[in-house]
Amino acid sequence: MARMKNKKNNWIRVILLVLFIVFAWGVDWPKGIDIKVPKPKITFEKKAPFVFFATDGNLIDYKKDININQGLDLQGGSHLVYSVDMSGVAEDQRNDALASLQKVIENRVNAFGVSEPTIYTGKSGGEYRLTVELAGVKDTNQAMDLIGKTAKLDFREMDATGQDFQKTDLTGSDLVRATVAFDPNTNKPYISIEFNADGAKKFEDITTRNVGKPVGIYLDDNLISYPNVNQAISGGKAQITGEFTYTEAKNLAIQLDAGRLPMPITNIERRTVEASLGQDSIHKSVVAAVIGIIVVCVFMISYYRLLGVFSTLGLGLYMIFMLALVKLFGITLTMGGIAGLILSIGMSMETDVLIFERIREEMRNGRAFAHAAILGFSRAWTSIRDSNAVSLIICALLIWAGGTIRGFAIVLALGIVVGLTTTFLGTKALILLIANRKFAEHNWLYNVEREKGDK
Amino acid sequence: MKLIKLRKWWYLISLIVIIPGTISLVTSGLKRSIDFEGGTQIEFSGTQNQTKLEEVARADGLENFTITKSSTGLIFRTKTVDSEKEKKLKIDVESQIEGAKQVRIDNVGPSISSEITRNAIIMIVLASLVIVIYIAIMFRKIPKPANSWEFGAFAIIALLHDVLIVLGVFSLLGRFYGVEIDPLFITALLTIIGFSVHDTIVIFDRIRENLVRGSYPDFETAVSVSVYEMLPRTLNTSFLVWVILLVLYFFGGESIKYFIFALLVGIFAGTYSSILVASPLLVTWEEYKAKRKSREKKQRRPLFKKR
Repeated sequence: MARMKNKKNNWIRVILLVLFIVFAWGVDWPKGIDIKVPKPKITFEKKAPFVFFATDGNLIDYKKDININQGLDLQGGSHLVYSVDMSGVAEDQRNDALASLQKVIENRVNAFGVSEPTIYTGKSGGEYRLTVELAGVKDTNQAMDLIGKTAKLDFREMDATGQDFQKTDLTGSDLVRATVAFDPNTNKPYISIEFNADGAKKFEDITTRNVGKPVGIYLDDNLISYPNVNQAISGGKAQITGEFTYTEAKNLAIQLDAGRLPMPITNIERRTVEASLGQDSIHKSVVAAVIGIIVVCVFMISYYRLLGVFSTLGLGLYMIFMLALVKLFGITLTMGGIAGLILSIGMSMETDVLIFERIREEMRNGRAFAHAAILGFSRAWTSIRDSNAVSLIICALLIWAGGTIRGFAIVLALGIVVGLTTTFLGTKALILLIANRKFAEHNWLYNVEREKGDK
Repeated sequence: MKLIKLRKWWYLISLIVIIPGTISLVTSGLKRSIDFEGGTQIEFSGTQNQTKLEEVARADGLENFTITKSSTGLIFRTKTVDSEKEKKLKIDVESQIEGAKQVRIDNVGPSISSEITRNAIIMIVLASLVIVIYIAIMFRKIPKPANSWEFGAFAIIALLHDVLIVLGVFSLLGRFYGVEIDPLFITALLTIIGFSVHDTIVIFDRIRENLVRGSYPDFETAVSVSVYEMLPRTLNTSFLVWVILLVLYFFGGESIKYFIFALLVGIFAGTYSSILVASPLLVTWEEYKAKRKSREKKQRRPLFKKR
């Protein structure tokens, strides 16, 4: 009975395995079939106690995403962290202000022509931070000059020729608020702006002078909007209306806000690596990985013979799966990540060794291979579970701590999970496939001396 | 059987390795990288001309810096400098020293470095906590004469043994070769902690199994048989990881060299301690307990006679 069940389970295992391989191969292969699946997007529904998974209609295109993301230390680039001085911003406005700042920096970096800059903000130990990652930038100093500027907002009016805008004395510091609101009649979004007393006076003068003409709003000397003045506006409250979508209105409000708030930023960390250094690391790692894998496989096959061959095939699976996952999750590979990847090969082999030793032990006690194989997998499991659980917990700690070591921990954790999967799916399937055959009972195949006379 | 019999030698070898490192650790500590210290570190490749770099840096108005050689070039390190001076140094070095090329700059401010340090400490504390809980769960049931807290305590002693060796080696390396510890080193340490505990526990687990079976004449034999039974497993797994690390050490990138070295030392120590320190210590401890018991009996006897 048990044997029948095992046989059936093994067929399920084999089928799963084949499906996994086909899928992983599809992801891995650079010029294979162009797989397109809806890109999952997690949306959080505030009213319900659930998190919904919805698609936003975008498709993941593996043909385009085929390159593995390389970390800054490998492809070269700069990692810049800024501390944001929020002393001039009211407590309850700080999160919005940070979002505005991010938007401003994004605009500046994009203007600088960096491909895919990564910009994110966060709060750490009471300090507001902004991180900018620039890949492949030659002149970091120039980029830093650009990023480090405090945003500057000003309002301009038409000059005498009516061709160009000229500066007025109204600037971002006169602005009190810029928010998005909706017209109750038309339901269209508009931007509501409010000036302080000083600004209200200046704004009144400007609007009086420019009825029927546009007023230019400039952020960092770039024109972001030029609403027309319908009438002279006193009292310091105004609306910018027009054919906005909500997102457009929001963006404009954010930009106005950014120019309003004085948020000087100071660089507190910068790391720059030349591309040549990173490429050198990649070459070396590839050589190291290849040599390492060969030595490990040779050892496994010469010591565990047939089991070693299965283990080597399992390692092949492991690599196919890992590559697919790294691509699917868009994991950024750093030098630490590569070390984690290679180290996890060693750890996944450890799982195999634990099982194989147990199988051989059971055979030494006189058991048939078919029986010993099943016992080996089940009896080694506690030990394997415990060691991997501890490693995974430590990885979780490292991922939580972040910084330069996160890459190592993520890849190692992934490697541990994938290693377990390949062993208990791939290697086990192969072993059980041959387990009941007659040739499988030869002692030589397992490098084992067996006591005689057991089932 | 010899492995356990020779235990005093194994203890001696451990002490010979641990003592100098620990002395160095206590007296001069560990050399910390700029990630923990804060400051600026600039790496130039293509030149080994230390004096020339010093000249150029002085001419640029930089002071209080250190220059060390690396296998590919020179490493310039100082307290935080502003990006203007940094830029000037790059231009001057690359134009005045033949072949020199700036390949890497790391500039870490005080708030970042203190955060990295804090995180490292929290991580080590948390990891230790996880390990102790893990050990406590693993050894709830141990048959007589041993008891569970003894197994746990010796697993932790083996762990401390491995950590001390790694810290000691790096303290010595820092003292004599200027090797620094960085966040990657902390990572290595945590990886070693996990590996070491697990290695010990696998053997202890077998000892427990054999004690339950109870077919061995004495405790020492049970331990000895268990160690021998687990020897292929322990050696093979460590060997595999070691081979991979060795390959990474010799062929891998420069930036992870000492990270790999820490793992090499730690995993070697972990394997050594689980076979030759932790398990024999169990035997030594049982012997000590037995001796104490018989001594107590002897001391009690006259008391009974008086009555």
